[in-house]
Amino acid sequence: MRDPHIHFAYLDERTKRMIRRAILKAVAIPGYQVPFGSREMPLPYGWGTGGIQVTASIIGTDDLLKVIDQGSDDTVNAVNIRRFFQRTTGVAVTTDTTAASIIQTRHRIPETPLHEGQILVYQVPVPEPMQHLEPLEVETRKLHALQEYGLMHVNLYEDLAHFGQIATTYDYPVLVNGRYIMAPSPIPKFDNPKMHMNPALQLFGAGREKRIYAVPPYTSVESLGFEDHPFSVQRWEQPCGMCGARDSFLDEVITDDHGGRLFVCSDSDYCAKTQAAAAQPDASP
Amino acid sequence: MYVAVKGGEAAILNSYRLLAQQRRGDPALPELSVEQISAQLRLAVDRVMTEGSVYDPQLAALAIKQSAGDLVEAIFLLRAYRATLPRLGYTQAIDTGRMALARRVSATFKDLPGGQLLGPTYDYTQRLLDFSLLATGSAPDAEASAASPEPVAGSVPSEAAPRVIDLLNHEGLVEDQPVPEGDPEPFDLTRQPLRFPADRSARLQNLARADEGFLLAMAYSTQRGYAESHPFVGEIRFGTVELCLVPEELGFEISLGDVAVTECQMVNQFKGSQSEPPQFTRGYGLAFGHSERKAMAMSLVDRALRAQDLGEAVTAPAQMPEFVMSHSDSLESSGFVQHLKLPHYVDFQSELELVRKMRAAMARQATHSAPDNEDGPHA
Amino acid sequence: MSQSPLLRVRDLRCAYGAREVVRGISFDLWPGEVLAVVGESGSGKSTLLNAVAARHTPSGGTVEFAVRSGAESATTLQDIYAMTEAQRRLLARTDWGFVHQHAADGLRMNVSAGANVSERLMALGQRHYGRLREQAADWLQRVEIDPARMDDRPDTFSGGMRQRLQIARNLITAPRLVFMDEPTSGLDVSVQARLLDMLRMLTRQMQLAAIVVTHDLAVARLLAQRMVVMQGGHAVESGLTDQLLDDPQHPYTQLLVSSVLPP
Repeated sequence: MRDPHIHFAYLDERTKRMIRRAILKAVAIPGYQVPFGSREMPLPYGWGTGGIQVTASIIGTDDLLKVIDQGSDDTVNAVNIRRFFQRTTGVAVTTDTTAASIIQTRHRIPETPLHEGQILVYQVPVPEPMQHLEPLEVETRKLHALQEYGLMHVNLYEDLAHFGQIATTYDYPVLVNGRYIMAPSPIPKFDNPKMHMNPALQLFGAGREKRIYAVPPYTSVESLGFEDHPFSVQRWEQPCGMCGARDSFLDEVITDDHGGRLFVCSDSDYCAKTQAAAAQPDASP
Repeated sequence: MYVAVKGGEAAILNSYRLLAQQRRGDPALPELSVEQISAQLRLAVDRVMTEGSVYDPQLAALAIKQSAGDLVEAIFLLRAYRATLPRLGYTQAIDTGRMALARRVSATFKDLPGGQLLGPTYDYTQRLLDFSLLATGSAPDAEASAASPEPVAGSVPSEAAPRVIDLLNHEGLVEDQPVPEGDPEPFDLTRQPLRFPADRSARLQNLARADEGFLLAMAYSTQRGYAESHPFVGEIRFGTVELCLVPEELGFEISLGDVAVTECQMVNQFKGSQSEPPQFTRGYGLAFGHSERKAMAMSLVDRALRAQDLGEAVTAPAQMPEFVMSHSDSLESSGFVQHLKLPHYVDFQSELELVRKMRAAMARQATHSAPDNEDGPHA
Repeated sequence: MSQSPLLRVRDLRCAYGAREVVRGISFDLWPGEVLAVVGESGSGKSTLLNAVAARHTPSGGTVEFAVRSGAESATTLQDIYAMTEAQRRLLARTDWGFVHQHAADGLRMNVSAGANVSERLMALGQRHYGRLREQAADWLQRVEIDPARMDDRPDTFSGGMRQRLQIARNLITAPRLVFMDEPTSGLDVSVQARLLDMLRMLTRQMQLAAIVVTHDLAVARLLAQRMVVMQGGHAVESGLTDQLLDDPQHPYTQLLVSSVLPP
């Protein structure tokens, strides 16, 4: 399975060391974006190279790797990345959220709660939460350094004034460890509460923008909001059409062109497990 | 004694000879055939057709051969060729809803009628150099039919794969594209000069012919804070559509054949207010052949250029029609940038003289340290 | 009543390259006092204002501001150029205000009036949307803007309204010192008069100290207790506004006063 002509995990050792140093700095300053010398990878910038570089720098022969995209192990992008790691490391892979030691993800946090010792690696397209308000990096760096986050709240205020509610539904900004405002990557706001006090280590890699940041285990992560318009998550009227779960994020599948719809768990592992548990009502879940 | 240089014409003729040699390269190597280029460098042919504004794979391949692979130069050749062709008529608008699909993907829904058809794409390859391609010289397969330049049509009938935009529109979630008042003829940039303000048909035509690199950078800028529009790929379709014409003499529709096109429907930031229900807005891109990067970039820039129409503040270059449309054409940009190579020594002489004069004046002022009289003696 | 001035400027010099435009200006400003800096264009008055407001680094001299320290009204004079940028920016957001000649320079033109006015409060940590809007509405009324326009963007406002919005945005944190650079220039005469009246009322009500740069003596007469006249970077005369305008001593001041058309 492992291609012997490619160095373990593709990156050379000096690059891995550079990335690990960046990761250590990121862990020491939760939510702070650490610049790093992102390399050109065999997948395009914008397709997960940041997450891949982080995973490549921490993965070892004993690890058990899970890769998901939009919550599913089976999407083409997840398959592609998983194959990349199989080819370059020969490491064992799994779809089981609980068994995995490293989970690389795009746009979702798994529904099954994580435990200590696990690492969740997020693929990040835009690490700077204020980029759409202030594109100049020189300026946003200053705002972070001086903890001048008025601009972010102006943006939320404007949403309330114009739409009656905050119009951000994914990549919803959070305050980490009471200090830095962070972009959690385009996970739905539904997933934001999972980041708070999570027993696992959460690492964030942005390859194109060349930044790494981290949320250490058991760190406070609060979603921004107003006292009288607090942060709230999405809810569905229907349960999952396959496993019946009422507490997971659901994907909308169009079944015909007359408006027919089906709602299904986005987390494929969680859905499969829930279905299996329901099939054996006497067995403990 | 200096003698003025002559022999401009001889120099040009010599340069033609050298160019032909450079283009041909090592004569011991087999010459590239236009058929090979058309079949095996197909994506280069598609780009040249799109920006050259002529759907003719053979001509585009010829242009690529002639320009030794410089695609901007090849586009120039095709445009120049096109400029003098007689205009025989206008086809009906193509119906991409009836496309024979080779590839069809949507980022907005996990699954949808017709499914996600990956087709031929580099997207999920790993960009590792494939050294097995160094081996060449495989004889053409004698049993294979003549190489078809058209993509293999998928097994999904077009009725089974309705457009995502139409599906969203069942619920009124996406803005309609209103027909402009009076349903005017589309503007034709190849016949009339571009003037501002330009209507959307002129904008789309300009973007369709635009240099891919420039359009890509403009599109990228909208994703990095220079006018954000929260884009999602509603749908990308690649396949063949039928071209139909209603000749005046006949009065009924005839089919001219099929062309391969790539279409991108981008779904963007919703608009609405406390009183108006919000709807998603749209951007559109279309290119000849299999040209996804171009179609996607075009759709992002199309949306950005609609800023004023949608009542958005214009803050970034990608939203400024004059900026984008005046600099998008590679013939114009390449021509003017490269024209700097032409002799400019007459203009430069004037500059030289002025700089020398100003420096002399400063030197005099420094030695006298008193206000200088411009008509004073030369230093 | 505090014993030390709010602002102390000593021997301030500013230059653009080799050209000196502010040549050794000194003055004290006391709490609640309005000082007008008057002169023609090119006199250096705007550069002086920017140097005192930490927007243009001087080439010499000192600017000291009475920063709050500890107990309620305790203050200490501190050199603003010895502070860190973070400290200066905090001052600029809370204890200082800056009203620009062109309102677009002092407002966020692409967000609503309400957001413009309440931004400073949000930056200071206020997180109750309803209360923020109440305070914004209150201030809009105080500057005579209809609160119903709270959700409109400033690019739909007239010049006079934008200027009043700028004032509200600055004053909502009750700063002790406000810098104003030609606050009424470019506005219609009647709009100017209304704005000046409002400024006079607000500075008195809020015990604001202010430095107002203007070429218009009428503005100085209406707003300022004291005045400095600048010419070619020098302060040629200073003193109580009424005294200067009624009995100017320096030839340049006399020229300025005499060139104002009688009402």
